[in-house]
Amino acid sequence: MKKIFLLSTLSLAAALLVFSQQERSVDMVIPLKLGERPAIAIPDFRGSGDAQKHMVLFNNTLQSEIENAGVFKMVSKSMMPRSNPQVPQDFKESARGTGMALSDWASAPVDANYLAFGYTGIQNNQLVLFAWLYNVKQPANPQVIGKLYFGTSDDKGAQQVAREFAADILKLLGIEGLAGSKIYFVSNRSGEKQIWVMDHDGSNQHVFAPYKQLCTMPSVSPDGSKLAFTMFSPAPIIMMHATESGRKLPFFNPRGSMNAQLTFSGDGSKVVFASQVGGFAQIHVANPDGSALQRLSNTRAVEVEPKINPKTGADIVFVSGRGGPQQIYKMNIDGADVQRLTPGEGQASNPAWHPNGKHIAFSWTRGFEPGNFNVFVMDVTTRDYVQLTHGRGRNENPTWAPDGRHIVFASNRGGQMQIYTMLADGTNVRQLTNSGRNEMPVWSK
Amino acid sequence: MKKKRQIGAVLLTLSLVMFAEGCRKKVPAPPPPPKPAVVKETPPPPKPVIASFTVDPSSIERGQSATLRWSSQNASSATIDNGIGSVQPNGSRQVSPSSTTTYRLTVTGEGGEASQTVTLRVTEPAPPPPPPPPAPKKSITSLVEEMIKDAYFDYDKSDIREDARNQLQQNADALKNILQQVSGTVVIEGHCDERGSAEYNLGLGDRRSTAARDFLVQLGVPADRLRVVSYGKERPQCTESNESCWQKNRRAHFVGVE
Repeated sequence: MKKIFLLSTLSLAAALLVFSQQERSVDMVIPLKLGERPAIAIPDFRGSGDAQKHMVLFNNTLQSEIENAGVFKMVSKSMMPRSNPQVPQDFKESARGTGMALSDWASAPVDANYLAFGYTGIQNNQLVLFAWLYNVKQPANPQVIGKLYFGTSDDKGAQQVAREFAADILKLLGIEGLAGSKIYFVSNRSGEKQIWVMDHDGSNQHVFAPYKQLCTMPSVSPDGSKLAFTMFSPAPIIMMHATESGRKLPFFNPRGSMNAQLTFSGDGSKVVFASQVGGFAQIHVANPDGSALQRLSNTRAVEVEPKINPKTGADIVFVSGRGGPQQIYKMNIDGADVQRLTPGEGQASNPAWHPNGKHIAFSWTRGFEPGNFNVFVMDVTTRDYVQLTHGRGRNENPTWAPDGRHIVFASNRGGQMQIYTMLADGTNVRQLTNSGRNEMPVWSK
Repeated sequence: MKKKRQIGAVLLTLSLVMFAEGCRKKVPAPPPPPKPAVVKETPPPPKPVIASFTVDPSSIERGQSATLRWSSQNASSATIDNGIGSVQPNGSRQVSPSSTTTYRLTVTGEGGEASQTVTLRVTEPAPPPPPPPPAPKKSITSLVEEMIKDAYFDYDKSDIREDARNQLQQNADALKNILQQVSGTVVIEGHCDERGSAEYNLGLGDRRSTAARDFLVQLGVPADRLRVVSYGKERPQCTESNESCWQKNRRAHFVGVE
């Protein structure tokens, strides 16, 4: 079945279409599952002469850029033939079994859809990458990319040409990389909990809003321009900051002992948050400065963590104790038509919309004692779900990367709570923080 | 014109003087003076002497007074400076200067005068002894800390259970008493154990502190002296992961604030 889908580059788009049509079944709720992703083989590139000095870094960079995007299944190097072509002229169907035949890569055990190959050399003091991407299942016309890339003749240049080649490969599948995206999070590494920020790969970690009071529960506007968080002053209040300047923005906190957990609508025109009224935290909607406040829920139960559907703006998921232990519910933007999404088992929390407005990631204690959360993804329409982490301590606060393919979350699997990223199928888990206690990540453009 | 008249007047005066001189009568020379009589020399009058000039006591605190005493001989009058003025040659005077003062007594007689000084030292009065320490008045913070105990809750609940009801009744009596004695407010902190999500626990902690507040107000504790703050699970008093520790953290805790 799968092979038939992927016989041509064109059919790749068709394959993606088929995935989305099949999302009804439980194991297909994640937009891109490992099994359905095209396989890519990237044998090590070699450099001629002095260029070889930089090739370890080049190969590592190319490999990890493609792997981290999460759109390809990586062919293990142990499955690859002994030798591989370095230029298109190397292919000889007569050399079958050596790696020099296109069919060696298209058939078992390699079973790749794509093969990336090429080499580097130094010309006029520049590092030149000669790179090709072949669709090996399409022997009549296999070339998808054949291009020269130029960089400085050092490690930096090698890294640069590897990234450019990787970006071209990813663009084939319509993937913009995560470069430039940021992760806001809470860290106590300098004493009190504060809002910190880092690049998507964990580099460049620094404090965003240095307050003396405990700050937590950050959220970012969809355009990345505003950051809201909850500060204990001493009662919890909402704080709003501009991300670029770091400047505090006006926000009118309603009267009451608790205002917290503000999040933004997809177009940034509305905010929702939890505010205590009548003795219970309830869901409210307001303008981004806190004006035009409107109460949306009216129960005698704790109701928190509202999140507006980023795609439609028409519905809100939130957490409520109205039926007993905390569960995830959905309602219309006007508060009507409340439905429980999680089945009532265990405790569920931290719903986070996928950018497509169809799926949520959330944390749930299903199958474990209270407090032992795992990350799940649910199709909000069908309520089918899949479990992405499996009982290794607390796994909480999943939020999606702008690419919709990665999830950042917090876990204490290593003892202390730390920030991790993973692909939306639970693979490729990477730890981004290791100093102090780090939690509540949100991924921003 | 005026000048001419003045000159004329001067000339006239001159001529008159010269004329008068010319008219003086010639008188005979006077007789020689008599020989001086031999008189018995009288002794000069005795010089005045200050026999004593004292101040008693010689040192006072500001506001107290001292007595100047003096006696003299051969004096017909006496003065003391520094605003006292003429005094009898023998006498005494009470003085009460505000700072150290040197008095000069000057006596005068036929034989001349004599003077003498005496200094009265004036010291700052000693500070008053500290008043006896008042009975220590306790702050609302220490009163609440000593007398008001936590109320505990069941997991994921904000209902006031039986043991919490008893504790809150005791707390209400004590709080009414405390709030009458001292100013300030009482913060009711709501806390949770670590198991639920931090976000839900923030709401649950608020719920617990609000439930405790409502219970106290029903029993007559003034609502305007109570404040509610949820800490969720951010400020646990016990950090182990077991039920005895979790129970310690599921509480309404009371803090007095000036």
